[in-house]
Amino acid sequence: MSAGYDAAIIGAGHNGLVTAAYLAKAGLKVVVLEANDRPGGAAATREFAPGFRVSAVAHLLHALHPRITRDLGLKRLGLSKGLKATGTAALLPDGGRIEISRDSAATSASIGRVSPADGAAYAGAIARLVRLSGALGGCMLRTPPSPAMASNDLRTKIDLGLFALSLRRLGRKDLLELTRILTMNVADLAGDLFESDSVKGLLAFEATLGAYLGPRSPNTVFNLLYRLSSFGPQGMGAFHLPAGGMGAVGDMLAKAAGNAGAVIRLEAPVEHILVEKDVAAGVVLAGGEEVRAGLVASSADPQATLLKLVAPGQLDVQFLKRIRHLRMNGCVAKIHLALDGLPDGWADGARRLVFAPGIDHVERAFDCAKYGRVSDSPALEVVLQSLADPSLAPAGKHVASILFQYAPYKLRTTSPDDARQQVLERGLDTLDALAPGIKGRVLASEVLIPHDLESQFGLSGGQWHHGEVTLDQMFFLRPAGGFQRYRMPIPGLWLCGAGAHPGGNVSGAAGANAAREILRDVKRRRAAR
Amino acid sequence: MTHVQHLKPFLRKTPFHGPMEALMHGNGWIRWMGYYAPAFFDSEQSEYFAVRTGASVYDVSPLIKYSIRGRDAARFMDYLVTRDMTKVKPMQVVYTAWCDDDGRMIEEGTVFRLAENDFILNAALHQLHWLEEAAYGFDVAIEEISEQICGLSLQGPTAREILKLLGVAGIEKLAHFSILEMAIDGRWLRIDRAGYTGDLGYELWVKPKDAVWLWETLFRLGDPHKIAPIGSLALDMTRIEAGFILVDADYIGAMHAIRPTQRISPYEAGIGWAVNLKKEAYFTGKRALAREKSEGLSRHILTGIEIEGRKPAAGSFLYADKAGKQELGLTTSAVWSPVMKKNIAFARLPPRYATPGQQLWIEIWYPKEQKIERSMVRCWTRNRMFFDPPRKKQ
Repeated sequence: MSAGYDAAIIGAGHNGLVTAAYLAKAGLKVVVLEANDRPGGAAATREFAPGFRVSAVAHLLHALHPRITRDLGLKRLGLSKGLKATGTAALLPDGGRIEISRDSAATSASIGRVSPADGAAYAGAIARLVRLSGALGGCMLRTPPSPAMASNDLRTKIDLGLFALSLRRLGRKDLLELTRILTMNVADLAGDLFESDSVKGLLAFEATLGAYLGPRSPNTVFNLLYRLSSFGPQGMGAFHLPAGGMGAVGDMLAKAAGNAGAVIRLEAPVEHILVEKDVAAGVVLAGGEEVRAGLVASSADPQATLLKLVAPGQLDVQFLKRIRHLRMNGCVAKIHLALDGLPDGWADGARRLVFAPGIDHVERAFDCAKYGRVSDSPALEVVLQSLADPSLAPAGKHVASILFQYAPYKLRTTSPDDARQQVLERGLDTLDALAPGIKGRVLASEVLIPHDLESQFGLSGGQWHHGEVTLDQMFFLRPAGGFQRYRMPIPGLWLCGAGAHPGGNVSGAAGANAAREILRDVKRRRAAR
Repeated sequence: MTHVQHLKPFLRKTPFHGPMEALMHGNGWIRWMGYYAPAFFDSEQSEYFAVRTGASVYDVSPLIKYSIRGRDAARFMDYLVTRDMTKVKPMQVVYTAWCDDDGRMIEEGTVFRLAENDFILNAALHQLHWLEEAAYGFDVAIEEISEQICGLSLQGPTAREILKLLGVAGIEKLAHFSILEMAIDGRWLRIDRAGYTGDLGYELWVKPKDAVWLWETLFRLGDPHKIAPIGSLALDMTRIEAGFILVDADYIGAMHAIRPTQRISPYEAGIGWAVNLKKEAYFTGKRALAREKSEGLSRHILTGIEIEGRKPAAGSFLYADKAGKQELGLTTSAVWSPVMKKNIAFARLPPRYATPGQQLWIEIWYPKEQKIERSMVRCWTRNRMFFDPPRKKQ
């Protein structure tokens, strides 16, 4: 039996580490228990072929919350060192591309070559969406209120008032527009804003990425706003590639937690959460070792935490049903390529390339997923990591980290092995059509379908947000109505991962919010004693 | 004519239907869970006295029965119900409630523990959906066995004598809420000492093929002991005397409530004694019920009342004062008790009025000579178990 801790954190993913850092900073004795041999969770860098390293799951940093960066002193720990911002290039079927960057004149000119009207409209339209998303983003670092207004404390009511105020401050026209588009599908919104299918396709991709939704599914505008909120004051303003890959971010957060005094134990998989007299009392590791703690905070997803780590018979029937029915059908696969060299033109311009040449292209790709198949003709996001950090590949060689949309977790007749094969074949065929000859430059490859994300990174359903980011699974409904305040039904058990508000992306917001609620609770209990 | 309903026969007959039909002296069939069930055979009053002075036979075959067995069955049952199942030994019966997440009662009924990991849950309403939801993560097999066995409830002071004549070894020693299994004339028979009358009584379970044998044997042997068949009307009189609540009469099951506020907790149903918050295992609703108890959140408690006079008082309002200014609650079931010569009812009362001995007022509307008249009379809160003779447990 180990010495008792104040808090045991399950999982050294970015949220677990953020929670650990905040709790340790507040003087709690904290232990973080991680199954893998490195911290970071889905923010990881790994070698997939000799000399070739790549960000294994998340590969762009854009949502890390500025307040968390400040609170945890991440800049001192080297966050900005080697951090490269990147724009996006939309690859067009004819070999052309649209370059989108923070230089709005250049962006407008680039789009203008495809459609002058869209070139003129783009910057204004996106700025407005970012502004609208910013009003929603204000509640990122706040604890969601209860819909039963009477049960909210004063602080939550004030937060809710501030949220309402931020909506009011949008002004009448923007507020109306936000109300209009919030639940809409992105195909209709794209039709409102743009005329060119190339630009619409890009918007459709941004709005569907990471969700089991096609451009014509409701809720896709919400997903778009959710992603865009990181381009406002609640995020980093742009996509960034960290030196050393996303693993560097995991390492940095581990350092922040370690410096604050948290103990991080790697290769210490939690087998189950110890519940004594209906209260969480610690965790039991796979080897049988008991780690006792005053509270347990899990950064694993809600299904892993509540269905696997909590033994049957500790939670209420209807609550468990809600958790079982969370929509967690991950549908993005990862392809990692070791390349002998880059196709012509790829070395210049944006390091993030998107292939989604039209609304229908993305919708058809989704049609396959809808019926449990890998997309015949996928939408792709290619991140050329070695351009930002050449040390990720041997000299003169390159690595590409590719998101393949859609490859659903819930497959109808395809076996996971076949799905892996199809992802690689169809991904390479799609790329080769855009950059002829790239197939011949592939030295090594690796495919991670959602099943692999589940088995290797503990993401249930391979869903990287710990539950889809849709209105019915957000805010006070995340992970379930009545349990939005990071407290799980078992006293002493907390959820501090992306399965809690405000959800996914490498933002650390859920971890920080959970830590704040935990500390309030600890303080209250100390005062009561 | 705007609407024609093409009725087809669909009510099923229980294995006892043949012998029951021969004794049906009136138009007494009603529908119970899709079966023909007797409301009465001859007269409700004489059937009532069979329960209290002789031996009554009631067909309980339409009850819904689930077999729950498997490696985790004991743990699962402890998670499902509010009682502490670790204290229930094999071949014992326990009366319990089961609740939803909010500690609101889905239903109450009896559980037979046949072996360490072998149970039967008896319910008035279908529960399979709930049981299967609850069983997530448990290694249990749940099967509805309602039609695999059929049963008669033999209740009344002479019930034991009849079973002795039947040759049931050990019937003398069978304690209240215990189970016996045996073979008689090569026929499998299970007897549990429980019932819905609050009297000395047993439930006899056989395979459907042996139903007629059981009926005929009981009536042949029981003739000198005043055996009589009864219907649900007489049963209802006795269960009210005994203080037993009935789903859809005294409370609405949580899964059937139209408004969430209609759902009630076991505390509110007046069976708080069947909730064991101290038991080792967690059960669905435990945290909500612990909160209800510690914070005093029960809105009302279903308690017994004894009413002045004889007017039937079902669905009557209760007041703290004779003027009827302060309304307290409503009665659910009510009956004139012939053996006790008392007018009794169940009433939903605020917790502070639910302790026995308090005087309240009740407003009863009753028909008289083609008019509806109102009477405001006294009533007193009582222990709901009005009738509890020593023979029930002796």
